Amino acid sequence: MATMLRSAVLAEHILLKNATKVLGSTTSNWQPQKQQTRNLNVHEHISYTLLKDAGIQVPKFGVAKTKQEAKKIAQDLATKDIVLKAQVLAGGRGKGHFKNGLKGGVRMVYSPEEAEDIAGQMLGQYLITKQTGEKGRICNAVMVTERKFPRKEFYFAIMMERAFSGPVIIASSQGGVNIEEVAAENPNAILYEPIDISKGLSKEQAEKVAVKVGLSSQKDKTADMLLKMYDLFCKKDALLIEINPYAEDAGETYFSLDAKFRFDDNAGFRQKELFALRDWTQEDEKEVAAAKFDLNYIALDGNIGCLVNGAGLAMATMDIISLHGGSPANFLDVGGGATAQAVKEAFKIITADPKVHAILVNIFGGIMRCDVIAEGIIAAAKELNLKMPIVCRLQGTNVDDAKVLIASSGLKILPVDNLDEAARLVVKLSNIVSLARDAKLDINFEIPL
Amino acid sequence: MINIFQYYPRRLCSRSVTLVRYCLALRFVYQSDINNENMQRAKVSKVLISTLRVWSRSASYESTRKNLKITKKSTLICQGFTGKQATFHCKLAKEYGTNLVGGVTPKKGGQKHLGLPVFNTVKEAAAALKPDISVIFVPPFAATKALFEALEAQIPLIVCITEGIPQHDMVKFCYQLKRQDKSRLVGPNCPGIIAPELCKVGIMPGTIHKRGMVGIVSRSGTLTYEAVQQTTQLGLGQTLVVGMGGDPYNGTNFIDCLDIFLNDPETKGIILIGEIGGAAEEEAADYLKKHNSGPTRKPVVGYIAGLSAPPGRRMGHAGAIISGGKGGAKEKIEALTNAGVVVAKSPAFIGAHLKKELTG
Repeated sequence: MATMLRSAVLAEHILLKNATKVLGSTTSNWQPQKQQTRNLNVHEHISYTLLKDAGIQVPKFGVAKTKQEAKKIAQDLATKDIVLKAQVLAGGRGKGHFKNGLKGGVRMVYSPEEAEDIAGQMLGQYLITKQTGEKGRICNAVMVTERKFPRKEFYFAIMMERAFSGPVIIASSQGGVNIEEVAAENPNAILYEPIDISKGLSKEQAEKVAVKVGLSSQKDKTADMLLKMYDLFCKKDALLIEINPYAEDAGETYFSLDAKFRFDDNAGFRQKELFALRDWTQEDEKEVAAAKFDLNYIALDGNIGCLVNGAGLAMATMDIISLHGGSPANFLDVGGGATAQAVKEAFKIITADPKVHAILVNIFGGIMRCDVIAEGIIAAAKELNLKMPIVCRLQGTNVDDAKVLIASSGLKILPVDNLDEAARLVVKLSNIVSLARDAKLDINFEIPL
Repeated sequence: MINIFQYYPRRLCSRSVTLVRYCLALRFVYQSDINNENMQRAKVSKVLISTLRVWSRSASYESTRKNLKITKKSTLICQGFTGKQATFHCKLAKEYGTNLVGGVTPKKGGQKHLGLPVFNTVKEAAAALKPDISVIFVPPFAATKALFEALEAQIPLIVCITEGIPQHDMVKFCYQLKRQDKSRLVGPNCPGIIAPELCKVGIMPGTIHKRGMVGIVSRSGTLTYEAVQQTTQLGLGQTLVVGMGGDPYNGTNFIDCLDIFLNDPETKGIILIGEIGGAAEEEAADYLKKHNSGPTRKPVVGYIAGLSAPPGRRMGHAGAIISGGKGGAKEKIEALTNAGVVVAKSPAFIGAHLKKELTG
């Protein structure tokens, strides 16, 4: 009992100290630099649909794939204040711009004709925001929704949080885009209500939250909304549902004006409909190709390609390359069950990146068998006619078979047993290639017999 | 007042023993010649509080830490026994000398696999074989059920190798797990646990391990093997290597293993391998500050993977997410360094650092 009390106090303490940091991960303003590979992120209109289907009040909206559709939806909304939102999976849309010059991925319009016009300029164009990088992301759909004029904005989120070993409701009466500042300056304005996973969320607990956050006049409706939110959270294996803001409009009804969902990738096998909604056009093509073979691939900015088994070792490999002055071009975890085919595809993906000057393969076989990796590397090197140097460091299960395979393949693969040496060598080789390319020279590596 | 509790190691307490000690302690207080009633009351409440502490710990999940100390005699069953991965790794475990006694695959009860009996449920296997350990090689869609079966059968140590169990399921399982005191879980999504030359449970390559003096605990799988190989090559060897796994909701964390290592006379040095995401390393640092200081402290070397990872990327492990400034490698390295841990900058020199600390 004392230990339980202590851990509850500790959790509170951790959260209070780290409120900004926890909330930093949950506001709709924060988005990662690039979308996380295996994490399902859904478009805003899908979030709206999910909320609507769960019975939570959202503004009226429609999704347009052509400008004529946009006009029709705007007409159906029958309001003079319409918002057009480009459906692009990135934050900072409002301040972004399109490649064709149109400014802003979120626009207010005042008539169906204007909606048609602006939507026409958005659809099929690339939107560049702070978070998409120079390339931008393609906008294939535009959400047309009625504009609401929020009077008071609240923040509600339900998330699975390690510090509480389970779900927790996070709520604040000071919702809106400045929630992070609120968390930093006034942590007492954020309240946390852990939910007992075995009992679920009770009406009394939901009402308690509603009252604490200042919505006692709307106690029933808010509690109802929270119960529905939690139900959705459990049904869809969500790790985060964030409604920011939950606002009252002029008519004194409360709406969810924006929602962010984060879903558990591991639940893909039982959330087939949800995962079918993933928009592959919003992700890096290489990461899409990798996911097809169950490879975990994230593109980075450097010039040393990495192929490693195990996320921890992959990160450590990136670290040791950085320590020797090199720059990794990617994170790639082939996982425990990869086949020779998957390894070949992994090579294809890595070498498809023109920035890659050299490749480091670091495999420590546990479940992964070194001879399988060797077969994959040899197949890839032969098929792709690879010119760049490959430094290959293999250890673990069946390593001797692997070494024999590589030696007898006659390919330009440099075996190095020591990780530090392997990293140093690959950085040196990548520098040599860079120098050669800078001098506009082609370079060919030979391995003496 | 004499602290009679000091004579009993905490872990030996069962509830009835606790109650007896409570009564004895109370009797001692009332029979003492403390005439002042207030002082007596203060003493009684002190006894009450320390009893409650012991009481809660004796019925708590923490008391299952001792189940991590696997030995040559520990018996093992495998859930998902007849599957491809399980068969491959159970063969290797047997060759290593692990005491594998049977397995569970629903609908294949009564058959033999690898010369050992197969049962339909963990309950049947437990009744027949009374195993100390169960290793779970069941795919994610059935793994939660397998976990609950093992928990209900009160298997002392459950090692779950499976990767990809939905987080909602793990939250529900850990809720039950942490409220009982018979079974301990290692994992899920972990390489397993090994006491070199005695007992191997999981997918780690046995050949790189050697019996010795280092305790290793890690969130990663393959990165652990690096540390193991380095300590083997430097002649240090290992006492126990625990892979906690990379999932955010798991059964064993750094502190559980550190507790074992600090109290194990064979373990002379400790290696702790962490990653970006979560706060487990910071909590471990706090624990070490309290329990590993002074003349009896054991050297601890750490490594945190992901220092060069850019923020907001998910790098494979479910648990390794840096978000919003929390869970970054720099903060972890700082916390550990302040707790007296030598944090290696390069993963290739973890073993070398520890050798220096031990012989230095």
